Amino acid sequence: MTLPKNIADRVWLVMLAATLTTWALGSSGATGTWAVLVMLGLACLKGVLVILDFMELRHAPLLWRILLLGWLTLIAALIVLFYWIGST
Amino acid sequence: MDTTINPPPATTDAEPHLHGDLAIWFFILAELMAFGVFFIAYAVTRAYNVEAFNAAQAGLDRNIGALNTILLITGSWGVVRSVQAARADRLVPAVRWMGVGLVCGLAFLVAKIFEYRAKFAAGLSMDTDTFHMFYFSLTFFHFMHVVLGVCILGILLLKLRRGGYGSHDVHGLETGAAYWHMVDLAWIVLFPLVYVMH
Repeated sequence: MTLPKNIADRVWLVMLAATLTTWALGSSGATGTWAVLVMLGLACLKGVLVILDFMELRHAPLLWRILLLGWLTLIAALIVLFYWIGST
Repeated sequence: MDTTINPPPATTDAEPHLHGDLAIWFFILAELMAFGVFFIAYAVTRAYNVEAFNAAQAGLDRNIGALNTILLITGSWGVVRSVQAARADRLVPAVRWMGVGLVCGLAFLVAKIFEYRAKFAAGLSMDTDTFHMFYFSLTFFHFMHVVLGVCILGILLLKLRRGGYGSHDVHGLETGAAYWHMVDLAWIVLFPLVYVMH
């Protein structure tokens, strides 16, 4: 199988695979710390791809890349923190 | 010495720059902050109501949530391909790819309306419990952003059809596209958070 030449097509395929994985994990009743981390990790992967390749911030001024990737990182970190607090 | 041998580069594409209007990027930041506050409020409230949130979340339709995600990422992909085509003056594919984005956005809204109808038919509302207060307000807040996004994509599509965008000008097209990707980005976090993670 050859990879699509267009980076947007590759990104779309990766995001599709990540979404189906999250859906499959949810349907299989996956729960707990590792499931939360995997699902959030997949969401972050998708988020990074949207920010860098769809919003085209990969070649934008560093400040804007930091702002958007920082938003994603902060939200994901706080979600993990409060899921952890909820599990203890 | 002849200095005209080295003309300035024809485009500034190599230089780091934002695609789309600077104003939309500030707007996107503000929108992401609003979504972010909502997401964190959900996570904090859940931390103190874990059992109730998990029980209520189990009643959500994960399949329709995953379908929503696939529609949004496919729509975003279509918009990216449309911008690429417009930059290369390939206007027919540009219109077609924008059509993909628009159809995906509309399909998202239709799927959401069916989801809400099923919830209302089951007697669920914002007043049912704290989880459903978050579920309805978060997804509806996002829903309204998709409505605006679909309107924007429709306007872009009409202007593309008239030949309004091309290698001479993609500024408005990129601006609208950036907003649409923000709507996608917010859902990418919302879907696992509200529908799946427990």
